[in-house]
Amino acid sequence: MKSAFIAFGALLFISACASTPAPEPAPAPAPAPAPAPTPPPVTGEVTPLPPVPGSVDEFQKMAGDRVYFEFNSAQLSHEARAVLSRQASWLNRYPNTRILIDGNADERGTREYNLALGARRASAARDYLVNLGVSPSRISTISYGKERPIDGRSNEEAWAKNRNAHTGIVSGATS
Amino acid sequence: MIMNGKPMRLLLTFIFMTFAMPAWATLEIDISKGHLDPMPIAIPDFVGASDPEREIGAQIAGLIRANLERSGLFRPLDPASFIEHQSNINVQPRFADWRIIKTDALLSGRLVMESDNRMRIEFRLWDVLAETQLVGLQLATTPENWRRIGNKISDVIYQKLTGETGYFDTRIVFIAETGPKTDRVKRLAIMDQDGANPTFLTSGKYTVLTPRFSPTAQQITYMSYASRTPSVFLFNIETGRQEVLGDFPGMTFAPRFSPDGTKVIMSLVQGGNSDIWVMDLRTRQRTRLTSSPAIDTSPSFSPDGSRIVFNSDRGGTPQLYVMNADGSGIHRISFGKGTYSAPVWSPRGDLIAFTKSLNRKFHIGVMRPEGDVERILTTAYLDEGPTWSPNGRVLMFTREPRPGSGPHIWSIDLTGANLRQVPTPGDASDPAWSPLIQ
Repeated sequence: MKSAFIAFGALLFISACASTPAPEPAPAPAPAPAPAPTPPPVTGEVTPLPPVPGSVDEFQKMAGDRVYFEFNSAQLSHEARAVLSRQASWLNRYPNTRILIDGNADERGTREYNLALGARRASAARDYLVNLGVSPSRISTISYGKERPIDGRSNEEAWAKNRNAHTGIVSGATS
Repeated sequence: MIMNGKPMRLLLTFIFMTFAMPAWATLEIDISKGHLDPMPIAIPDFVGASDPEREIGAQIAGLIRANLERSGLFRPLDPASFIEHQSNINVQPRFADWRIIKTDALLSGRLVMESDNRMRIEFRLWDVLAETQLVGLQLATTPENWRRIGNKISDVIYQKLTGETGYFDTRIVFIAETGPKTDRVKRLAIMDQDGANPTFLTSGKYTVLTPRFSPTAQQITYMSYASRTPSVFLFNIETGRQEVLGDFPGMTFAPRFSPDGTKVIMSLVQGGNSDIWVMDLRTRQRTRLTSSPAIDTSPSFSPDGSRIVFNSDRGGTPQLYVMNADGSGIHRISFGKGTYSAPVWSPRGDLIAFTKSLNRKFHIGVMRPEGDVERILTTAYLDEGPTWSPNGRVLMFTREPRPGSGPHIWSIDLTGANLRQVPTPGDASDPAWSPLIQ
């Protein structure tokens, strides 16, 4: 029913666009519509299950696994500190987990400088977690510079996403 | 499968061919100026007694014409315009015929197949106006080496007519890129300076970055994510062997050889901070050169090995600094508007090429090691990472012309003229120019 309506609308649109409307051919008789199966009545979605405690999913949902930086900066914003504080509480609750923090830069910089900048960003996140009681022995860091953008576009929005430190749980999480 | 990128062994002998007349070199190009008026040169296909000889002879002449044309200093004339068709290069050309087509120089060559795997090439370079032979040489090699012969002859012509060493018998190591930006595959690759014979040296399983040649062009140092901690690697072109360089307590990157090839200089990250270290390749002893809480990276030696230019944000923004080879005497040299990075010292020693970011554009530029006489040569969305031709006259660099357009390798003359894209099999970045192949 709906698709027939759209087709009719499109037909109207086409004829409205044509500068000299061609004589319309007589419409072919429409085939008899097949009876559509009746969809079951929807009354609401089931409540999603909460993430499994101690899982990567829970870490990502409760804490957030990425903090963002200003251009050419490794300063932690208030928002970044809030995310890292939640990461620290989760990590302190699951002391058997180990993490890898990767530091990233946007593409507007030279390759080697950005490798150094990514290292500085990863280290800023690491130091914050350590100050909140996460053992340094549980944390590794790596810099990808501008080599691992999460948004492949070249605009302000993408650059802002690509300037980040990402915390990945490498072991000890509940699966 | 990884292809072997080792250079073909070149059995090559130069024999001087004399001609019974005084050779006064009057023909010379001043390459310090722009090339608004490139020198006309006639290069007929090399003569030969048989079809196979003439075929290779035509390939060699075509390669030389392309090399010289690409330099921007020469204007090889269309062979269809030639009046004289020499069959014997050991008699004087009819200079009047060559003056009519307005050529300044003439290259006459001959190719003789001496056996299945040995050929002899003879050539004479003539000053058409002075009616003198500028150079006459004879070379012998295997037939599959015809490109290297063409490049060698191009270098001889370039040297004879400009007074400077050429750069045609060289190779470029670079990073070949494929796949979407968010899942990029980067492979170490090598090719001739004109883009011919591209060959992959790594499989693409691990990200590799910033390759650079050793002064003998036998080794490459680069950064790779193949090891647990991303590290500086060495790649031996002859054997294909790769090894992590040193056992550093953190990520190492931004490697470059010292001019004598005995050391590699690089950055090491400790506690999130990058400083510059140097490693002796024989003793494996490592020495720290900078100790600041700032980013110190992209070190490059002066050609005499006495000084190092590098990139640091110790003053608040990325700028260029020069220090002595032992880490003493650090002083800033970049004071223009914008930020500066990726400096490379010219093989002639007189200039430093760099990447500059200003007004949301990137530029390749040069300045003197004292930091003065800055000149900007290029502008694009993203130009970065210059590398010098061995004679210090041409720069290659990575260019992304517009946002999202993908990187390619471009070249430009030191004069700011002759901007060209270097052909690569696909997206390409981080070019590094080899020294002249021995």
